[in-house]
Parts: sequence; structure tokens; C-alpha cells
Amino acid sequence: MTPATASERIGRTREQMAERLAQDIADGSYVNLGIGIPELVAKYVPVGREVVYHTENGLLGMGPSPAEGSEDPELINAGKRHVTVNPGGSFFHHADSFAMIRGGHIDLCVLGALQIAANGDLANWSTGAPDAIPAVGGAMDLVAGVKKVFAITQHTTKTGEPKLVPACTYPLTGLGVIDRVYTDLAVIDITPDGFRLVELSPGVEFGYVQERTGAPLLQP
Amino acid sequence: MIDKRVGSPSEAVADVFDGATIMVGGFGEAGSPVELIHALIDQGATDLTVVSNNTGSGEVGLAALLKAGRVSKVVCSFPRTANSTVFPELYRAGKTKLELVPQGTLAERIRAGGAGIPAFYTATAVGTPLAEGKEQRTFDGREFILEHGLRADFALVKAKSADTHGNTIYNKTARNFGPPMAMASNVAIVQAEQIVEPGGIDPEIVVSPGIFIDRVVEVASPVHESELVAAGATYP
Repeated sequence: MTPATASERIGRTREQMAERLAQDIADGSYVNLGIGIPELVAKYVPVGREVVYHTENGLLGMGPSPAEGSEDPELINAGKRHVTVNPGGSFFHHADSFAMIRGGHIDLCVLGALQIAANGDLANWSTGAPDAIPAVGGAMDLVAGVKKVFAITQHTTKTGEPKLVPACTYPLTGLGVIDRVYTDLAVIDITPDGFRLVELSPGVEFGYVQERTGAPLLQP
Repeated sequence: MIDKRVGSPSEAVADVFDGATIMVGGFGEAGSPVELIHALIDQGATDLTVVSNNTGSGEVGLAALLKAGRVSKVVCSFPRTANSTVFPELYRAGKTKLELVPQGTLAERIRAGGAGIPAFYTATAVGTPLAEGKEQRTFDGREFILEHGLRADFALVKAKSADTHGNTIYNKTARNFGPPMAMASNVAIVQAEQIVEPGGIDPEIVVSPGIFIDRVVEVASPVHESELVAAGATYP
């Protein structure tokens, strides 16, 4: 095993990142989880906290995936996957659903990221590749309207480039919208002074994180 | 006497004209009015502008309408999904134009169109490529962009039940764009699994009041797009 491979295994797994983020979700929150790693968060919310999940296609009180054989093609989430509805849930149309988002009624959303800038700018919908079919969905509405926005992402790209950068080079999703970032290496707040470390993942040192962060990382 | 029933999907879409703007309900397959779309393919209207959240999957429903070359422009938030190949090919070939709209802005533009609101300001997309060319204004220290209401000549909507006055209820997350699209179109066409007499739907639970609905057509057992796609079906 080469040192490079060993170093890639430092820090939290995707599941552990989701578990760490889940500790910061308050009891009674209305939460929208994006597609991918964010979807993993729901199963780690500590016992005793009640969280109501919003999916922007028109459901509050989204429950887990249904048992095989009981899927309903008209009961899906924003990722178009089959879901269930919890007791106390409700259905609504898209204009109401996005009034919840854009009107500041949702407490928290958790999104993946391509790039996060030190001022909280987010790029997560397009790499700007000329042959790509542009598609945005609800990402711009969520970051503009939800009270608190957490990003959950690997600290670097697959080729080792920082995803936490001085300024985004990909097309933006929103300006100054990210509050906190959860990566495999650390939890980092966006502050008026830039990236500020909240905590390192177990076994990870500050210098290691700073080397892989594209802008200065302030001590806690 | 008010009776908004029509006998068949083909009768319901018979007067769709070339160049019409059509709102098509659905988020993925949930709420996609496949029978009405297939009737529209048979009917033949072309050069359509379609307002819809997605662009269909496989080669049935909305994707089949695109594949048939009837759509010159889509107004859409997420024009690609799993099994969605028709639109990407048309877009890359320059055959179908795309107006990309954030999902909430799309819903609100439709709602505004239905509510007589010509334009509104929103914080969504400020500072992004989708704000380019749009009027910007500051309210209480925050930046907003101007977005315009959307209206259509026709809306195609799938519902659970309707009465002969057009009062409509939906099924779970298949409701999605149905109610705002019905409001925003000159002719709102609903396909419902059952059509009942007035009084057959409790007024307390009506979602789309009949004033917004112009035609109702019974499609008792609508197909599921995912099953057609899984079976490799094409239309026509």
C-alpha cells in the first residue's frame, strides 16, 4: 500500500460524515435533505429528537423507503425515489412547497457541493461543461430561502483538488449562502473572516486539512 | 348546466393548435398525464412550447411528444433524469430550445400567472448565471431579481378524482404542479381516475376549485410511465 492510498483513508467515511452532521440537527426542526450523502443524514438523528423532513416535490413528514413490493409511483421524493409518509405528514402543490422554502419556513437544508468559497458562495449545480445538459432543480431556491444551509462533501475532488476555495470557478448556485461545511476531514464554519475550523475528524491534524483547503483556515 | 366532462382524451385535446404553449403537470412520473400527452401526439399539433418540470423518460409520455418533433421549446427546471435520452439529443442537435428556470421560480411564475401577477421579485438565483439579463433591485438591504409570471394556452393535469364542475383532488406527491398549472392556463384539462357528481367530493378537501378547471376526462386506470419505460414501450 502506498502512502498516498493510506492518506486517502484518513478521516470520516460518508456514513460517519452524515452521522456527525445529524448531531447538529435540533429537535423539532423542519429539514430538507438533498440527494446523495445528505440523504444518509436522516438515519443518524439522535433518538429523542423529532425531525420533520420536507421534500420539495410536495411532502412534509417524509418517511423511509417502503418495503419491497409496496412502492407507490405517486409517493416519491425529490430524487424520484419511492418513500413513505409518516403520521402527521401532509401533501401540497409545488407553489406551496416552494413558499415553504423561499418564505423561510424550512429550518435547515443539507446539500452536496462542487465548490464552497470562503465567503459562503456555493457551486453545486453545474461544472459549466459545454456539452452538459443544464439542470438546476430546486438548489437555487433552497440556498436562497432556507434559514440555515449545511454542505456535506468530501474535502477534495477525486483528483485531490480543494473543494473549499477562495472563490468558486464553477457557475454559482447562490451567494454567501453556506453556514457550515461537513467534510471527511473536518467541520468548518463560514464566518465573516472566512473558513474557521470547528473540529477536526478523529485522527486528522490541522496542517493536513489546511494543505487541502484552498483558502486560509482559521483556528477554532 | 355545468358539466365539464368530455368523452375521451382525444376529445379533450382536439383544439390544441400549432404554436400553443402547454403546461404539463408531473414531477418525474408522479402526476404525468400520460394519456392526455399520447392523445396530443395523435392529434398532431406542433411547434409547441412545453412548460414542465422535467422532460420525460424513455420514449413514452412527454419524452414521446418531444421525440415526435412537436416541441420547439421547453421551459423546465430539470430536463434530464434517469432514462431521459430524448431531450438531451434534441437539445444537443439544436432542435429544441431550453429555458432553464429554478424549480421554485418555475412554480411561482406559474402561480403568479394564474393569479394575475405579471412579475415578482425573488432572491432565488441572484448572482448566478440564471440571473443574467434580469432586472435587479434591493429591498431591505437584500438583492432580488425580477421574474415574470407564466401563462399557457392549455394545461394537461393528472388527478385522482374530479366532479363535473371541475373540483379536483390529487394523489399524494402526484399533486405537484397540477394546481398552479390549472390556474395559469386558458384551458385546463384534467384526467382523473373517476369523475363524480357535484357533492361527490367534500368541499373541505377540494384542492383545485372547479373555476380553474375547464375539462375533465375519465381515465380510470392510468398507465405508470416507469412500467412502460421498463417494458421498453414507445409511443405511438
